Amino acid sequence: MTAARSRPHREPPTEKAPPRRRRHLRLVAAVRAWLSRHAQAALGALGRFLRSPLAAVMSIAVVAIAAALPALLYVLLDNTNRLLTSWEGAGSLTLFLRTEISDGAARKLADQIAKRDDVARVQVIGRGEGLAEFRRLSGFGAALDAMGENPFPAVLVVHARHRDGGGAPATALLEALRQLPEADVAQADQDWVQRFQAFAAVGQRVTGILTALLAAGVLFVIGNTLRLEIRDRHPEIEITALVGGTPAFIRRPFLYLGLWLGLLGGLVGWLLAVIALAAIDGPVSRVAALYQSDFALHGGGFTLFAAMVGAGTLLGLAGAWLAVGRRLGVALPR
Amino acid sequence: MSAAADRSRMIQFEDVSKRYARSPDALSGVSFRLDKGEMAFLTGHSGAGKSTLLRLVGLVERPTRGRVEVGGLDLGQLPKRRIPHYRRQVGMIFQDFRLLQDRTVFDNVALPLIVAAAPGADVGKRVRAALDKVGLLRRERALPQELSAGEQQRVGIARAIVSRPPVVVADEPTGNLDPELSWEIMDLFGQLNRVGVTLLIATHDVDLVRRMHYRTLTLRHGHLVEDTGPPVP
Repeated sequence: MTAARSRPHREPPTEKAPPRRRRHLRLVAAVRAWLSRHAQAALGALGRFLRSPLAAVMSIAVVAIAAALPALLYVLLDNTNRLLTSWEGAGSLTLFLRTEISDGAARKLADQIAKRDDVARVQVIGRGEGLAEFRRLSGFGAALDAMGENPFPAVLVVHARHRDGGGAPATALLEALRQLPEADVAQADQDWVQRFQAFAAVGQRVTGILTALLAAGVLFVIGNTLRLEIRDRHPEIEITALVGGTPAFIRRPFLYLGLWLGLLGGLVGWLLAVIALAAIDGPVSRVAALYQSDFALHGGGFTLFAAMVGAGTLLGLAGAWLAVGRRLGVALPR
Repeated sequence: MSAAADRSRMIQFEDVSKRYARSPDALSGVSFRLDKGEMAFLTGHSGAGKSTLLRLVGLVERPTRGRVEVGGLDLGQLPKRRIPHYRRQVGMIFQDFRLLQDRTVFDNVALPLIVAAAPGADVGKRVRAALDKVGLLRRERALPQELSAGEQQRVGIARAIVSRPPVVVADEPTGNLDPELSWEIMDLFGQLNRVGVTLLIATHDVDLVRRMHYRTLTLRHGHLVEDTGPPVP
């Protein structure tokens, strides 16, 4: 009994071919055989998996839901961050002038302020414009007519120049605006954005923790599915080991089963996430419209698809590896 | 031992013992040698150590002490990665047949060739040749539960010989069969032996052994107490 005898029987490449060609043919044959073995194992595992459709659907659903939940949270957080970034980029301060300041005086003041180094531009909202906008949005036109005079002040929206390319407008600018004799109230529009950012950071952390927990859950679900499968197929594993199946050969169908479970779970999870995003996109757009924004939800495209299917597949393989690795003792002598 | 003797040796046990946790020795100081092309019976009462000895040959177990050599390979020195390749050279037959119930006869017999990555065309030819040898060529599409006990054991034998191993070990192969079927199976073993296969067959059927006129190793409480064949050199 020699090592040569134990090698698998393969058709020898043609003996008449030159040595380099023979090596090439041998390599091609080996790669083909390898691909064929893996294709057989992959399709066999899929067929076996789908032979129990109810169990398959339930396992896929668990993985899909576990994958969809953090994915949805990530997409929503990503959209929130995009929204915050666009608001933060505005970097504006609002200066309400005293009511006796005319629109002309307001424009002169705006020109003076615009000359400052820390100011990018200044937008003037005249008293008439303010009144017209309020009349349009509030529906209190009749009440305003009854007042006789315009109660609205002129407003300067001061867009700060960020020296460091980001962050909130300088406190010094806000203070300087407050000190102007024409100023009534000066406020930074960033305060609530910063609070919102802080909440978003908390959300991000919570999503990270949730993702880790659900990923562990997916690992356990796949591990348990594989454990039951291995238990059901123990005689087959034992016989395969006794007739000379290598640990890799024995492990292969189970790894492919984990791979399919993760891949299909990720795919269905992506579909669930896309459906959920489509369901909330309408209400979000309506809220944005109330604030004169054309904001719409982004995400759910190829990046999310690739991330969910890729992560699902990797988790499936990892879960299967953990489950199978511990139960291959039967392949080795005691 | 001369070089010629080395070349003829197929299975050799040297002072082999096997102990399981909290149990007396399943095998104790067993030494014997089986040459290439030899056929021998392993007899003894239930629990005498017959199955343990065969499991050591199949490298399902490792000895607690001593040296087991098969086909010139010291099994104690065989690295883990070589164990599957070694097992492909030993055909194993079991009392309970150990067939895969959800696979056809063909698939059961093909298993050793598939694990050895034999080419598809070769698999078909060799499986049919093995099934022909055991007289089951017409049942290749049947499932094991559709076969009689004798037929199932013949499938087990076809699986054991399909990769043409030089050694076949059988653990109570006729234990679940009636006398007539037992004779059929033994006749098959005789045919295999005549084409040069080395066989070691464990059985407690003393009548069968007596009528077969082959070398007999008798175990009692883990000790080899009788060897009707040539002494250990």
